[in-house]
Formats: sequence, C-alpha cells, structure tokens
Amino acid sequence: MALPQFKQDATDARLDAVTVPEGAAWLTQARKDAMTRTATMGLPHRRDEYWKYTDPATLVAVDAPAAEVLDDDDAIFSDAKPLTLVFVDGVFDAAASDDLTGENLDIARLAEAGAQDIHWAKDIYGVLELAGQNPVQRPLASLNTATATDGVLIRATGPVDRPVCLRYRRKESGTDAVLHHVVRVEPGAKVTLLETGSAAARLSTVTEVSVADGGEFHHVRQQGRDHGRRMNTHTFARIGEGSVFKSFTLSLNGVLTRNDCVIEMLGDDAVAHVAGACVGDGDGFHHDDTVFITHDALRGESRQVFKKVLRNGAVGVFQGKILVKEGAQKTDGYQISQSLLLDDDSQFLAKPELEIYADDVACSHGSTSGAISEEALFYLRSRGVSEKAATNLLTLAFLAEALEEIADEGLAEDLRDRLAGWLDRHAG
Amino acid sequence: MLEIKGLKVDLEEEEKSILKGVDLTVGAGEVHAIMGPNGSGKSTLSYVLSGKDGYEVTAGSATLDGADLLDMEPEERAAAGLFLAFQYPVEIPGVGNMTFLRTAVNAQRKARGQDELSAGDFLKEVRARAKDLKIDAEMLKRPVNVGFSGGEKKRNEILQMAMLEPKMCILDETDSGLDVDAMKLVSEGVNALRSEGRSFLVITHYQRLLDHIKPDVVHIMSNGRIIKTGGPDLALEVENNGYADLLAEAE
Repeated sequence: MALPQFKQDATDARLDAVTVPEGAAWLTQARKDAMTRTATMGLPHRRDEYWKYTDPATLVAVDAPAAEVLDDDDAIFSDAKPLTLVFVDGVFDAAASDDLTGENLDIARLAEAGAQDIHWAKDIYGVLELAGQNPVQRPLASLNTATATDGVLIRATGPVDRPVCLRYRRKESGTDAVLHHVVRVEPGAKVTLLETGSAAARLSTVTEVSVADGGEFHHVRQQGRDHGRRMNTHTFARIGEGSVFKSFTLSLNGVLTRNDCVIEMLGDDAVAHVAGACVGDGDGFHHDDTVFITHDALRGESRQVFKKVLRNGAVGVFQGKILVKEGAQKTDGYQISQSLLLDDDSQFLAKPELEIYADDVACSHGSTSGAISEEALFYLRSRGVSEKAATNLLTLAFLAEALEEIADEGLAEDLRDRLAGWLDRHAG
Repeated sequence: MLEIKGLKVDLEEEEKSILKGVDLTVGAGEVHAIMGPNGSGKSTLSYVLSGKDGYEVTAGSATLDGADLLDMEPEERAAAGLFLAFQYPVEIPGVGNMTFLRTAVNAQRKARGQDELSAGDFLKEVRARAKDLKIDAEMLKRPVNVGFSGGEKKRNEILQMAMLEPKMCILDETDSGLDVDAMKLVSEGVNALRSEGRSFLVITHYQRLLDHIKPDVVHIMSNGRIIKTGGPDLALEVENNGYADLLAEAE
C-alpha cells in the first residue's frame, strides 16, 4: 500500500540523507533488508497509533536539532568496576576503553566483527528487530539496523561477573549517533550491561538481546543528561525457558526520550521485568516509555513498573502492552505506571493494554497520576524537615518501587544518588 | 514557655470560626491537660500551633519562649522546640522509619547550628529509646507507620518525641485507639521525658490518660474557648458528671 504523501516525503528526505555502511556480506544484506522495510513502512508520524502522544518529527527530520553539551557523569557505575567501552560522538574510542576481553565473554565491535564472513551475531542482528515489527511497526528501529555505524556484540558463555558498561561521551553539538548492539546469553550464562551518556544531540540505539534457556540478562542504564538531547532507543528481547531478563532505565533531563522495549517470552517459566524512573522539569521535557511484552509459553512472569515525576509543564507518556497468546497458561503479568505531578502544568498520558487469549492467567494493570500528599508533607515538616527536603524525600519514596526492580543493590544506590542530587539541584 | 493570648482562628475555606479567643499559659516543666467535648476546637488548637495549612488566624498571638510561633514555618516551629504527637499519625510508603527519624533529627540539629549525628551515634540512640517503648528492629525498618497497629503508631510518635527532645510537647488524643496496656506503655514513655525544662499540653477526651500522665493544670474547652481551669480534680469532675454542668455554668 502506498504511503500517504506527507509520510512519503519525510521518509524520502531522511533516507536520501543517510548511507548504509559497508560490511561483510551477511551484514550488508541485513542492512539492505532493513532499509527496504524502512522505506516500505515509512518513518513515523504523529498520526500513527503509537506516536499519538509523542511527536516523532524531530526524530525523523534530516538534521538533528542542536543540543548543548553537559559534562559527562564519569563517576556513575564506577564502583561496579565494569569493563568499559567508550564511544565519543558515537565513534568507538579504543584508547579510552578497556581491552575487549573477559572471563566467559566474547566481545567485539560491530564495525570490526561486521567485516567477518561468519559471525554468531548474524542470527540476531536485524532478526529480533524484524520480529518486533509485528504487530506494531517500529520503522526507527529498522532505520537504525540499516545505518548503524558501530555498536557492541556481546556473547556470554558462562557467568560474567564484571558488568559491561557502554559510556557515550559527547564533544560536538548538533550531531547524530546511531549504535546497534547485539547480546547473546548462552544457556545458563549471565551478564550485566550498563549504559550511560548522551552520545549525540540525537541518539538512536537498538539493542537486540537473545537469552537462551536458563540464561540471565541484566540491563541498567542512565540516559544522557544533556538538556537539549533527543534519544530514541529500542530493546528487542527473545528469552528462553527459565531465563531472566531485567531492564531498568533512569532518565534525567533531555528534551525528548522515546524508549521502546519489545520482549518475546518463548520458553516456559521465564521472567521479564522492565522498569523505569524519570524526572522531568520544564515544558521542553517529553518522555515516552512504550513496552510490548508477549507471553508465548507457560508460567511466564512479567512486570512493567514505570514512575515519572513531572513539573513545570513536563510531559510523560506510557504505552504498555501485555499480550498473552493462546496456550500461555499460568501467565503472571503485572503492569503499573504512575506519575507524580508536582504542579498543574504537567501531563501524564498512559495507555495500558492487555490482550489475552489464554483462560488461566493472572494479569493486572494500574495507572495513576497524583500530587505530593499534603498530609505526609506536613507530617515531615512538623518534625523539622524543610519543605524542599520533605518534597524530595517523598519524591524518592514515590520512585522507590521502580528502583527496587534493579537486582544489584550497588547499582541501585548509584542511581538513587543521581536522583537525590538532581532533586537537590532543581528547587521546586 | 508557651503563651497563647486571645487566639482566634477561622477555617480558611469555610469562613467558619473555630477558636474564639483562647488564652493559655504553660510554664516550664508543667503538664497541662485540655479536655472538652467533640468539636470544641482542641485539635484545631494543636494544628494551628504546629502550623498546618487551612486555618486563618484572625486575632491573638502564640509564642514559645517569647518567639512568635505563628510567624514561623512548621519546620521552624519544630526547630524552636515544638512537637505535636498526631492523633492520626500519617503513613508514608517508601520512606523507612529509620531514614525518617534520622532526617528529622539531623534537620533540627542543623537548624540549631549543631553537627549532624553520625550514623553510629544515631543508631545507638534510637535503639536505646526504641527499646524503652518496646519498638523492635523490624518496626524501625518498615516504612513510616505503614501497616502499624494503632498502638504501634502512637508508640512511634513517642519515639520521635524522645529522639527530637522538644521543649514543648503537644499530645493530640494520644490515648485514642489504645488498649489499657498500650496506654500504660505510651504514658510511661511520656513520663520518662518529663523534666524541668520540658512542658506538655495533653489533649484528651478522657480522664483515664490523666491517671497515668498526671497534669498540673486542667483546662476545659468548649465552643472555641477555655471555659474553666483548675487542678487535676477538674478532670475527675468531668469523668463523673460529664461536661453538661460545666457548660451550663459557663453559659
């Protein structure tokens, strides 16, 4: 079916302006296929069902709007002593990075591995993204598959004790960065992936994660703090029997963030948790979490826990879906999205969806918007706590349920400190 | 210590007059009780003194050691030494009781220009105080008042009072919702804090509590005014005869 003209024009303009990088035959083919499906789907527009609450215009436009560079938060995650890979303006910086070796770990750059004729990533790169295009189209993800210049390919062959951390630094303003990561967790293996930083005025990331039976994948990220940055991220996961997938995202600052997370639970007794906390200040702030979890096996447990603190006109969006396929009996699905609106100008838009084709499941969802409790505020103040400190304490308490989704207490503490610091700096 | 003169207070939203000229002086180290029928303005007095929103002071004054209470933010009143034990302690999900206590103690110390208590010193102090009130470690870890029984909530109020060491303590119907044993425990906690420099204003419906916390002075409040002041015997009179005689006398 032909695209509407406005969509065709916007898509043509952008696709004309991008190039498909060179690589080995398998990678080149994957990129070309992705380019073809991007052109067929057309890039997103406000009139699309899943972009109703978030205008993708600045993500689609040929040029990324400029964004000032803020200092990088080099200290975050440093206590975890991770294996660190540094990207500067979306380009790998070998000198600033650790050696790409680790126990039970195969790790390589997309730019290098993509030159090899055979690579394990071949079965995943663009494959999970393609699977995630149905039933909801995600053309920005296929555009990423087609044009990503670099990224990291991580394979855990056993328990990996040292987390892998991707640090996205920025030097230039007004640039694009497109990164595509692939993670494969072999049966019984375990790995933790950390991400932090802005990378560019406009960053696109796709992370495809395949977790085999009994594998465990943990993901914790702090999205870039540059005030004017735009970011669209996609996580596509396919998880096997008895496996665990847990992803947590903290977002502070930025003008536009859209995080898509698509998970297919293919094996019995799998666990998938996706959670996020965001704190937004000002009418330029727009933050969107869009999650799609498919239960396609027995006794799967999924949780979506999203908390947003919004003020001075900030906008938060949550679109979360649980799809329980026929035969996915004993599914336990939970979804909660809540916003704390610190003034009358801020907005929270939530679209929870449940689609269930099995008859023996427990699924629950809830969504709330509220203000700080006046009663609790007075109680704290009557004990000598200042209004600001009391508000911050109650705000952190509101976010606590989401942060509890982080399995590693040290990493959770790191993010809690960032939140407390942010709240401290941003007086009411 | 506490001096209230001609205090008149309206409800902000309804333009309804609640306190119609309250005069009350509590000296250092004294324990005063305020009794009175429902709706007489007892709880309003405690809220206005501690700075809760929703009330408008139309006349009069309230000072603590000469400092104008009504001009201060609630947290400044706390730092000045005022403490209100709530009739209905507020539940705060997500904030641990211990964090809450430490934040409060250190905020007040900071406001008074003292160093913050170290984590170790604080822990030692809170454990000792909690033990006296039969508050176990589990209760200290839980979120503030969440899932606490009525008795646990009131004991938690007294624990806060013990940790914050205020000069002027207002107890707003601390006996409500308590069984006999819990009332005894709470009263012992209060009595342990009685000292020359610390005063109490005990708001209650029943004489019962005053068997445990012996007041120096008893006031009867009705329709926004203190209509009678006397010794501990006045509380017994109320217990035996109800308020009717006193109200008729005041008319």
